[in-house]
Amino acid sequence: MTFQDHKGSHISEQFDNDLRKVTSHMMEMGGIVEQQVERAITALVEGDGDGADQIIERDKSINNMEIVIDEECTNIIARRQPAAGDLRLVVSISKTVADLERIGDEASRIAKMALSLSEADGDSPRGYVEVRHIGNMVKQMVHDALDAFIRLDVDAAVTVAGKDKEVDREYGSAMRELVTYMMEDPRTIGRVMDVIWSLRALERIGDHARNIAEHVVYTVLGRDVRHTSVSDMRDAVERQR
Amino acid sequence: MTQSTVSNDKFTLGGAIQGATHLDLANEKTCVEIKDWNLYYGEKQALHNVSMNIPEKRVTAFIGPSGCGKSTLLRCLNRMNDLVDGCSVEGQMLLEGKNIYDRSIDVAELRRRVGMVFQKPNPFPKSIYENVAYGLRIQGINKKRVLDEAVEKSLRGAALWDEVKDRLHESALGMSGGQQQRLVIARTIAVEPEVLLLDEPASALDPISTLKIEELIYELKNDYTIVIVTHNMQQAARVSDYTAFMYLGELIEFGDTNAMFTNPQKKKTEDYITGRYG
Repeated sequence: MTFQDHKGSHISEQFDNDLRKVTSHMMEMGGIVEQQVERAITALVEGDGDGADQIIERDKSINNMEIVIDEECTNIIARRQPAAGDLRLVVSISKTVADLERIGDEASRIAKMALSLSEADGDSPRGYVEVRHIGNMVKQMVHDALDAFIRLDVDAAVTVAGKDKEVDREYGSAMRELVTYMMEDPRTIGRVMDVIWSLRALERIGDHARNIAEHVVYTVLGRDVRHTSVSDMRDAVERQR
Repeated sequence: MTQSTVSNDKFTLGGAIQGATHLDLANEKTCVEIKDWNLYYGEKQALHNVSMNIPEKRVTAFIGPSGCGKSTLLRCLNRMNDLVDGCSVEGQMLLEGKNIYDRSIDVAELRRRVGMVFQKPNPFPKSIYENVAYGLRIQGINKKRVLDEAVEKSLRGAALWDEVKDRLHESALGMSGGQQQRLVIARTIAVEPEVLLLDEPASALDPISTLKIEELIYELKNDYTIVIVTHNMQQAARVSDYTAFMYLGELIEFGDTNAMFTNPQKKKTEDYITGRYG
């Protein structure tokens, strides 16, 4: 189901096509970004330097997608003067691709850490379990946020935003554990810091997934729920019903 | 000066961009109050129970598909429908609190207070000067000094003075369409109305003239309450403070233009302004 199916067709079929096209491009970009996150986590945990190289290389095409999709949005605004739900959709797509691009950057950052760790000697450092765990959480968040976008499902979007809190908690506890570990054995600091930067990147990915979820709420309800707590967000959604 | 005039506790970072951008009808002074307004052309009902408060010194746009009653409603505001055979009305329409359909109302005086500009510019086949002075002459004002002053003021008000000041006594029919339309607006404001009704004022004009009219509307709202009917939704979005969406003779939604064009509350409004089948 697409946005158009949800809202009914425009008199101008070409306008429908334009919106459908830019939406599907955003989803395609989202799929690739999701994959990048997944692969970056694997490359890090498995010490796969070649895989990490590929991820860093692929990030360039993601950057390019952001530019192309943004241009499509600008063209729609210039030529169609979208209003109401259409306008909110176009604005949200433009913001979402910016978040996706940043997620891509974070995946690339993790790949760089994977590269550095794969070249280092010694045992695999602590924190890989946490990378796996938090990695899976944020990967799912990105997936669910995009899924909520395409289905215009505000409840699913609020759920994604709620997950971000969980990620923050897990991140905090992983951080405490790794700091303790480094204090006990300072020789590990270099390698553990690479893991910490990766966790930090994953935590940022969770924030971007939450941003996308907020764009979904704006698209559907016209409510700007940025910089509000999850419970305020839920209230806003309830009030709008 | 040694003391800062801004006390610290009142200072907020970026104060100008902290405020809400939405207007609220509840905070406006009402110019025209329309209550349970119904209008019939013979048997056929063209307006159904329309109630709205048109705010003073704001631009209110009526939008809606052809035949939705927006022009009909606009014409009610200065009783132009009196001229239509078989037209009858019920309900109340209060200008500054006084019912404009009251028997005691002098319709000519009402139309001075509520001026109207039509789709096609309709200058009189007279000079530019005489076009603007016409309303005043009808009121019996013939002093040259008074007329000169009023003509200049009105032409300046209609953003036309600089273009025509050297040919005031040439025929108005030699002007471009956009200039003619601004001349008509000058003629209307010369008699110092309170309300300006604009019925598709720019639909016969090219884009540049259209923008000049829109710019003029923006200036005029400092002094007049403006109601505009337009088929061009982007124009309504550009010029109006409040937008009323009408459909099949009913007022569907009326509110702040920003809200109407970004987040309308009724599905019919959304379908219309986004160009979907209703």
